[in-house]
Order: sequence, then structure tokens, then C-alpha cells
Amino acid sequence: MDTRWWATFSLAVWATFIASVLWLCVAATVNADDLVTMQNDPNQWVHPGKNYALTRFSELNQINTKNVRNLKVSWTMSTGVLRGHEGSPLVVGDTMYFVTPFPNIVYALDLTQPGANIKWKYEPKQDSAVIPIACCDVVNRGVAYADGKILFNQLDAATVALDAKTGKELWKVQQGDFKQGQTITMAPIVIKDKVITGISGGEFGVRGFVTANDVNTGKQIWRAYSTGPDSEVLIGKDFVPPYKSHEGKDLGVTTWKGDEWKRGGGTTWGWYSYDPELNLLYHSTGNPGSWNPDQRPGDNKWSMSLFARNPDTGEAKWAYQMTPHDAWDYDGINESVLVDLNIKGTNHKALVHFDRNGFAYAVDRTTGKVLLAKAFVNVNWAEDINLETGLPIENPEKRTKQGTNVKDICPAAMGGKDQQPVSYSPRTKLFYVPTNNLCMEYEGTEVSYMAGVPYVGAIVKQYAGPGGHRGEFLAWDASTGTKKWGIKEKWAAWGGALSTAGDVVFYGTMDGWFKAVDAVSGKELWKFKVGSGIIGSPMTYRGPDGQQYVAVLSGVGGWSGLVVAGDLGTDDPTAALGAIGAFGELGKDTTKGGMLYVFSLGGAPRQVAKK
Amino acid sequence: MISKALFFLTALIILSPSLVESEAPTTPNTQFRVCADPNNLPYSNQKLEGFENKLVDLLAKELKQEVTYTWWPQRRGFIRNTLAAGRCDVVMGIPENVDAVLTTKPYYRSAYVFVSPKAANYNIISFDDPQLQSLKIGVHLIGDDYSNSPPAHLLSSKGIVKNVVGYSIFGNYGEDSPPGKIIKAVADGEVNVAIVWGPIAGYFAQKQSVPLTITPVPTEASLPTLPFAYRIALGVRRGDTQLREKLNDLLNRKSQEINKILTEYGVPIIQDLRTER
Repeated sequence: MDTRWWATFSLAVWATFIASVLWLCVAATVNADDLVTMQNDPNQWVHPGKNYALTRFSELNQINTKNVRNLKVSWTMSTGVLRGHEGSPLVVGDTMYFVTPFPNIVYALDLTQPGANIKWKYEPKQDSAVIPIACCDVVNRGVAYADGKILFNQLDAATVALDAKTGKELWKVQQGDFKQGQTITMAPIVIKDKVITGISGGEFGVRGFVTANDVNTGKQIWRAYSTGPDSEVLIGKDFVPPYKSHEGKDLGVTTWKGDEWKRGGGTTWGWYSYDPELNLLYHSTGNPGSWNPDQRPGDNKWSMSLFARNPDTGEAKWAYQMTPHDAWDYDGINESVLVDLNIKGTNHKALVHFDRNGFAYAVDRTTGKVLLAKAFVNVNWAEDINLETGLPIENPEKRTKQGTNVKDICPAAMGGKDQQPVSYSPRTKLFYVPTNNLCMEYEGTEVSYMAGVPYVGAIVKQYAGPGGHRGEFLAWDASTGTKKWGIKEKWAAWGGALSTAGDVVFYGTMDGWFKAVDAVSGKELWKFKVGSGIIGSPMTYRGPDGQQYVAVLSGVGGWSGLVVAGDLGTDDPTAALGAIGAFGELGKDTTKGGMLYVFSLGGAPRQVAKK
Repeated sequence: MISKALFFLTALIILSPSLVESEAPTTPNTQFRVCADPNNLPYSNQKLEGFENKLVDLLAKELKQEVTYTWWPQRRGFIRNTLAAGRCDVVMGIPENVDAVLTTKPYYRSAYVFVSPKAANYNIISFDDPQLQSLKIGVHLIGDDYSNSPPAHLLSSKGIVKNVVGYSIFGNYGEDSPPGKIIKAVADGEVNVAIVWGPIAGYFAQKQSVPLTITPVPTEASLPTLPFAYRIALGVRRGDTQLREKLNDLLNRKSQEINKILTEYGVPIIQDLRTER
């Protein structure tokens, strides 16, 4: 046997012993109610994005660049659901929690047991009529934890609080009506005593909103809409517009024609972040709803915008619209990661947002002014972002029009990056970004028949961009807007990223490889083929036995993986809004299935005494 | 309360449409298996009140088959989840030559129509009517991007956008037949005129307390890629030529009875003067 391997292994065992002692001390002293404190405990993973800043970075380093090649499966579990598994589990104390795609089963697993037995399981009762009404895949991006409660959203637009110990339902509120096209797929965020959630359904003309409910009772505290009068967008005296084009009263009405803002889209289904020091919640809004761009002249505010809001009142501090008058479906919902950036010698409290439109924005998170914006994938719809005006410098040839086949638009509607969240390592000062390399053709000629009316739909054909690969996992320096390295992937990198203090970065691929790469060089260090393609986001925690574990949900699906999860035929390249053109062959590389995989250096967890 | 076993059975059926794979018919020919929208008059509903329900009865009777329905809202993924998933063998209304399915010969042709209160006497017969610049016009909204009804596209190409009001084709699915709402909006004076697909206009106009005028949009208005009149056929799975031939034969033999049903439901029938697609 390789003696070097033994040395590493013994060291790891020794370290885990010390760690397990430490773990018990930490667990005993942490104030269970304080999420700001809890997020800094490397043993637990209490927010979907690890912390309020959404860095998805863990201080754990038991697994590192030297030993990650010895990583092995500790245990696995079938989720019992076959659709796309986005998001990641949480670990709070000695329990792991996660939620499946529809029917949205919530599991609590006992990590003190070698097989991580199911502590409890909660199965919501949802009307199955929600499935045909939610258009595409039926994903869910995770649960939130607060104050002894597990909070999650159901596809049928209910927010639910469960007792974290027993799984007993504490309260349930309906945020919308799925019969009107309102559904929820996002993970909630808890800030102080409020649970904050958004809404999906932009293509059914749902008017986006963000809602805060009392975490103890479910009572609605505030709701802020994405379109409409300032009084409903919650733009008041605290609001400071970052740019001239953002000044004026009721832009959520006046940048639309007639009352179209009532069906204005701007849905809010991404991951939210929070800066406790500034007391600001950050979220963003999706594409304008229901109409071809020709029928909704104007900027269509506040679709495609970043928002900073006071979480206590919902009042907006600033808002910045990235893509005015969208004509490409560059849904602006991607997450904003809160980091401090040194740009050209000056320190900034920044947020970094990799948008569907292909630009990586570094924005001053106190004002909403763009500090730096650089294309992080192949982009040709705009030349650049004007930092004086905040507006994109558009390439007019790439603006889509009814009746014209606009070819070779990059990125495609799926964007330079979609829901798959990035990770930021304060050690390397790099962002790890799972991206899509897709372009599209856009032609409005196809006749179809929906709800018994003939209509003209766009033919959107999405296909692999330059190079022929459909994705790339890259390391990005946000302070200069430059790429450090990239790993080309056959399929879009549709799963999220995790970085650790072991300088290892983890991500999964749609063809089912779970990979560990060197955070500095991008060199592949380890990989494991899981049962189904990965569109979820890996997380890490230290178990009660002191071992560091890495967990990821496998289960292909989502918009890009619908061809497999939804059994779509591959004959029509324009089906699923053009996803089939790019992903039609995915079924040759993976099959559907929902599984949780957990890895460690030592293999199976060791039994620990119950506290 | 739904039992756990039943729930899983339901989930299995819902989540695994491929269990019954297409192509090879798995059921004996004793059943006329239809997929239809449970809440979409004048076409179909669960109470079997639509004209497509009546046609189903007519065809199944001729074939001496028993009717079974699979209900699924007509939205994105309708064909994928119904015909293509093997849940049924026939859908009752689909434009001729739509790629996703194999279509029979068309059994009616209709067009988009102008709908306005008779008393208003607008007499609109063309998209060039200057009144359309100022009247409040209702049209159906379908989705975002470029998925909208032909009148919405033509109006925007003529720069008529400020006075156009969109009514979601999906509406509130908790209410009866949401697409009919736009016709009520004309009767109630919410909009002055609506430009609506004929079968919806014809049926719901009969239900209003105010008399409404219905005038087909001139098919000459059609842009090359934007027809305003469509031939509607039955759809079967791609490759199922046997069933198509059987249905074609029935449609020929029963055309008079079919026309009678369509007329009862107020479907504006446009005679086939020219080919539009």
C-alpha cells in the first residue's frame, strides 16, 4: 500500500478526533437563534448559500488539494423523486435537511447515525393540477432554517414552516394562486424575524413580487412588487436612483404602455443575499411578461433589475435595471454575492452578479452604481456597459424582431449563467462560475395552438457556442473582470459551485460527474460518476464524528435537462423554448433519478453517542 | 385525506408519462382515447359541454368505441404530456400541419374576428380602419417573447400599441373557461373592440346580454408568416397513419353532422377561398 496515502489518512483521522471534540464545544456555545453567528460556524451549513453573502465558501480544510483524491462515498439516499434536483441540503446541528422537486417532500436526516436515518419526512398535500400549470420542470431550490424551524416553498405557491425537530407543520401561507400561473421554486431567506420569498411564473403574465412573512406566525409583513406605482414597488423617500434613466415617479407604470405593468413579469425566483451591517436585502427581477417586445415599448421597469431593500419594511434603497426592454429572455434573477472588492486601488463594498445577459457586474452595494462590468462568456448582443449611464451599448443587429430571423445571438436565452450559483473564495479572491456556452437563433414565425387559439410563437433555437462545448466552469477575478482559468464541459455547467479552505472547488456536470478541482490552478484532482446528471449545488459540513463531508444532490432536469426529466422527444429543436436544440442528445449521457450523495475521506460515518 | 399509496400512484403516473410509450398502441381498439382541456369552452370541459366533446361522441359512436378522457390544460407541454406520452390517441383541435403531431384532414376553417357592441356601429372590417388608432382594443395574450396571437403582432407592426389591452389566454384557471373573459369585456365596455379567434368569439358572444357584432378579419390582412385564418384538424401521434386514415374517412362521411354541431356553437366558418399555409 502507498505509505504516503497512509500518512495522509492517519493525519485525517487524528484531525477528525480533535475536530469532533471541538465540534461539540462549538455546538454547545452557538446561540441557535442567531443566523449571523451560525453562518460563521464551518461545521454547519445553515443558509442555502452557506452565508448571507452567498459565498458558498467553507472554512473546512480537512479535505484539501493533497488528499481529495482519496474522497469516497460515505452514504447515499434516493429521494424518491425523478425530476430536476436544484439547490443543496442544509446541515443544522446534527441534522441534514433538504426538499425534493414536486411533490416537495422535506427530509430530516440524523447525522449521528452511520446511515443517516430519516428523522422525519414531511409530505405536503398539493393539488397535482399544479404540474400542467407550471410550465417546465418542477424544481425546488431548497429549505431555509431559523429559530428551530425549517421553511420552504411549495410549487403551488405556499410557504410552509415546520418544526425542525419533529417535522410538524407550524404554519402555511399561500403567496399566490397557481391557477393564475403563480408558482414558487426558490429557497426562502430568513432575516431576523421575517421569512422572505419571491414568485415564479413570468411567462403567464404573473406580476413579480417579494413577500416578507413573520417567521413565527406566517403573517404577511410587507410585499413589494416589481412593477406598478412606487407605492407598490415600495420606492419611497429612502430611494436613491443610481442613474438618470432610473429617476422619476412611478417608472414601474410609465415605462410600460397602458396597464400592461399589471401583467408585467419581473418575477423573483433567484437566491437572495443580505448585508447585516447595511441592513439591506438584495434580490433581482426577471424578464418582462406576456407580450412580444414590439408590444411593450419602453424600458419595462423594474423588470431585469437588481434591488436593495430594507428587510424590515421592504422599502427600496436603490434599484438598477441591467437589461432595459428585454428582447432575449435574459431573466435577471441570478444571485448577487456580497464581497469587498479592490478595484483600481480603491476598496468597495460590492456585490458581484453574473447575469444571464453575459455580463459580470461588480456593483457598489451601497448605491447601485456599476463599478465594473465585463463579459464573462461569449457576448454579442451588446458591446459593453456604459459606466456613466449604466446602460448597455447594444448591437442593434442582435435585437430580436417579429418576423425577422435574427441569427447568432450570444448568449442564448438560457444566458451566460442561469440558476446555478457561483462560489467565492476569500483565500484565492476568485469567483468560481458555472457557465453556459450557448447561442441562439430567434425567429417569430411558428404557428402553434394553445388554449384553443392559433398563435405565432418565436422559433428559438439554442445551440452550442464557439468551440462546440455547451458549458465552461471558470475562475473569475471580479476586481479586474478577467478570467483566470476555465474547464470546458460538454454540457452546460448547470450545477452550483462550492469552494473550501482546503483550496478545493467542487461542482457537478449534467452528464453526472462530480468533480473536485484545484482552486488556484483549476487542475482536476478527483471525480466521481453519480447516478444522474447534477444540477444541484454541493455543500460541505463537519459531521458529529468529526469528519468533513461533501454532499450533493444528483437528478438531472431543470430547463436544460427537461429533455431527460420530462421525457421530451428530440425531434423538434425548438421545443422547451429551444432547449432541445442544445440538449437533445443529453439522454445518451445520463438518465433521470434523484439521489443524495455524501462523500468523505474516511468513508462511512462513525457512530457517536447521542447528546 | 389522500392515502400514501394513492399519492405515490398519482405521482408515478404524473411523473412518468413514458411508462406508456408512444408509437405502439397498447390498448385494444375498444376505446376512443382523447386528451382534452377540462376547462376550455367552447371546445371542451369536464362536464362534456364543448363542441369537441360532442364530436368525440359522434366519432366514437361511429367507431363503436367507448370514450375515455385524459384531462390536461392546453398549455405549453400539452402535446408532450398527452399524445406524445401515450395517454391518449387523439386530440380534437389542432391547426393543420402542426409539426408536433400527425394531423387529419381539416374539419373546419375559422379566422380571427372583430367583435364589438352592435349598438356602437363601428363597422370595422379592416386593420386599416383609422378607428383602430384610438379605440380601446382587446387581444389575447399568450406568453412572453414572441408567443402571441396574430392580431397582436399585426397591430404592433402597424404601431398600434398604446390603446391595446392584453387579456391572458390562461387567465384564472380557477374560473370557468378563462379565454371567454375578453368577450365579456367587450359587452361590459371595458374595451371597444376585441380581435379574437372565431370559435371563442362566436360562442361567448351568444352568452352576453348585449348584442355583439362579429366580422371576420379579412384574410388578405395576413402577412406571409402570419395567417389569420386556420384550418383545424384532429391530431394523432406521429406515425399513427392507420388511425388518421380511419378518422379521415369518418370526417368525410360525417361532415354534415359536424357542421351542424359547429354552427350550434356559433363557430364562424370561413369558406376555403385560398390557401394560407
